[in-house]
Amino acid sequence: MRSWMRAATLAALLGAMAAAAEARTVRWAASGDPNTMDPHSQNVGTVTMVLQQVYDALVARNPDLSPAPGLATAWEQHEPTRWRFTLRPGVRFHEGEAFTAEDVVFSIERALQPTSNFGIFVDTIERAEKVDDLTVDIVTKVPDPILPNKLASVFMMSRSWAERHNATRPQNTRQREEMHTVRSANGTGAYRLALREPDVRTVLARNPDWWGWREEGNRGNVTEIVFRPIASDATRIAALLSGEVDFVLDPPLQDLARLRNAPNVKVLEGPEIRTLYIVFDVGRDELLYSDVKGRNPFRDLRVRQALYHAIDIQAIHRATMRGQSVPTGTLFPEQVNGYVKEEDVRLPFDAARARALLAEAGYPNGFSVTLDCPNNRYINDEQICQNIAAMWSRVGVRTALKAQPLGPFFAQIQRADTSVYLLGWGVPTLDALYSFQSLLATRGGQPGDGIWNFGGYSNPRMDALIGRMKTESGEARQAAIREALRLYREDVPHIPLHHQMIPWAMRANISMPHMANNQPFFRWAVVE
Amino acid sequence: MAAPAFVRAFDSDLWWSFRRSPVTVLSAVVALVCVGGALLAPLLAPHNPFDLASLNLLDAFKPPAWAAEGDLAYPLGTDDQGRDMLSAIMYGARVSLLVGVSAVLFSTLLGVALGLLAGYLGGAVDAVLMRIADIQLTFPSILVALLVDGVVRAALPREVHDQVALFVVIFAIGISNWPQFARTVRGSTLVERNKEYVLAARVIGLSRLRIMLTHVLPNVLGPVLVIATLSLGFAILAEATLSFLGVGVPPTQPSLGTLIRIGNDFLFSGEWWITIFPGAALVAMVLSVNLLGDWLRDALNPKLR
Repeated sequence: MRSWMRAATLAALLGAMAAAAEARTVRWAASGDPNTMDPHSQNVGTVTMVLQQVYDALVARNPDLSPAPGLATAWEQHEPTRWRFTLRPGVRFHEGEAFTAEDVVFSIERALQPTSNFGIFVDTIERAEKVDDLTVDIVTKVPDPILPNKLASVFMMSRSWAERHNATRPQNTRQREEMHTVRSANGTGAYRLALREPDVRTVLARNPDWWGWREEGNRGNVTEIVFRPIASDATRIAALLSGEVDFVLDPPLQDLARLRNAPNVKVLEGPEIRTLYIVFDVGRDELLYSDVKGRNPFRDLRVRQALYHAIDIQAIHRATMRGQSVPTGTLFPEQVNGYVKEEDVRLPFDAARARALLAEAGYPNGFSVTLDCPNNRYINDEQICQNIAAMWSRVGVRTALKAQPLGPFFAQIQRADTSVYLLGWGVPTLDALYSFQSLLATRGGQPGDGIWNFGGYSNPRMDALIGRMKTESGEARQAAIREALRLYREDVPHIPLHHQMIPWAMRANISMPHMANNQPFFRWAVVE
Repeated sequence: MAAPAFVRAFDSDLWWSFRRSPVTVLSAVVALVCVGGALLAPLLAPHNPFDLASLNLLDAFKPPAWAAEGDLAYPLGTDDQGRDMLSAIMYGARVSLLVGVSAVLFSTLLGVALGLLAGYLGGAVDAVLMRIADIQLTFPSILVALLVDGVVRAALPREVHDQVALFVVIFAIGISNWPQFARTVRGSTLVERNKEYVLAARVIGLSRLRIMLTHVLPNVLGPVLVIATLSLGFAILAEATLSFLGVGVPPTQPSLGTLIRIGNDFLFSGEWWITIFPGAALVAMVLSVNLLGDWLRDALNPKLR
């Protein structure tokens, strides 16, 4: 009896030890918690960073963000308006459903619904057609050369699962709708959602059946990911230093020096494909929030140039960003197709020139204006706005700052209820058209045109160039982008500030590729 | 008519007991410096931290003047915007004091009035008022203040809320502290109302209101003065706590608590002066006020003389 018990205890102990050796948990912290688990409801980095561990798209991305086979193993443009995708055989969802062409058609239709926030990625799609179980045709309204790049952002769901749980259309986050997909997820990805406690923790467990584990060169060995939102900068860093968490996605810039010197902690640095701008209201005849009545000073190019000259971007780079930014004079960073080095030139910092331009434009004593700004969306967003408000005030433009959390801020600017605001813009498609079409096309044209153009910028020449980007290809298309970048620099509809740098801090025994879209892929993470 | 008790209390033996205690003199000096610096901030402060045009980002994160990279223009260093810490503290103390004094005035007025009513009228009025006070005393006062602020925040649109935020904080702190005053005043009133002078006033047919205000009130104010002084320390701390939590005064009018909260983000990165100096100012202010209150309590207590 006794020896039997001893043997059982020994076996249990050995088992526990083996499990401990096998279990490789990464405890991950970031400042914000995803506000939904629905794959098509919020096109927001905070949501995607968790969901992309759980869901796959037709097209995956390599660590350098170039397209790679995902749920589709091959694709080709059959006709100008018809793309054919060949699906990966033998893939199953976490709850057991087989992945087929039905699910692709369903997921694309779901992303096209009015409550979807992913319209920009499927805007050109007319319909998706099932050819056979493992082949899908996607028919576009106009030729769309970058469709595969866009589809890398559209997650694939199971039709039968969504129907069973009454979730055939995306959750309406604006009305805080409750439905099954808010707390549950069923993807084909490397990890399945094991536990979801909003604002407390989200646990992801390794999906041993994921197709990608068998891919060549993938040494990913993380078995469990525990995500916890920790809003306070100081607390998040204390948690990393004390060993309570292993990976911090957004370490505060002021603590990087300390983290670099800490034992057992390393900092991965790299650029993000996200650019910050100051956007002017150039549409209205009179500004909503200014003491200038009867005219809109921002419609005058000289005023926009003056405010550009007033910004000392190097001071922001050094003091506020602590060197973790790439000052820029253009619309997007060099990783994006269409980038032209010669157009990446800023108007120099020159306060005297700024005052002279203001006087020339008829504002020798300046004027007052309110700058709208988020305070928890971009790295040091509120501080940047405070810097700019001070710099503008020094040349006579008395700037009041209204900084608010991203919820009310985005609601306000999406009503165009602003005179000038700070915006950060990432380019998930890695193509110039995404930025030009969303930010600079005249509002109300074709679907997707100007959907984030809340300054009301409208220039027929720009619209014509954007039209050429949509339909042309090859050198003609690159020429259109080049010309549009030149026009952007001459017209100053925005003041570009910088591209963000996104340091990640983690325990030294973790190695994983740094992603320029600020989305960690734990499928490639190796814990020694 | 006899001079009211609290006026009599200021004759010479109070002054004597003040001079006899070096701690009290020292705290009075510190309190005077704090209050003087705060009130005269626009005249004394080397910079105006609210004038955006005077800020220069190139001066951000300057350590205090005595450190190697310090700058004499910024005796206590600068914050992340290049704002002079000394000036920010002086202006911040102004907001802290304004909120503290107003909140104490508010709770004094409310507490004294209700305590007087309860003590003098007795019966059902007394029972109801004191039970309300008891209930409120079971909640930590900071919780009451948070509750009031939360309700107002939810009820008002953001723009309106920012304009009235200062009053909301004053109300929230004031309302959380009135039971102390009410209970003390009620106790003293219970004693006073049976004394001969009150009976005499009643016999000659004075109205109850008149008796309460002109006869009882002046004789119960001594302890109120002590509680008010001690409450000032509490109110300043409560305001700092609320602002530290981000629910106090709006960031456009940073108080000491707001400054400490901002500085907290830089605690790990070596820029300790952004949070330590406002913290030290807060400690100096509250400690000196509390020591003065303690002394006043002892000095006005006949049993300790």
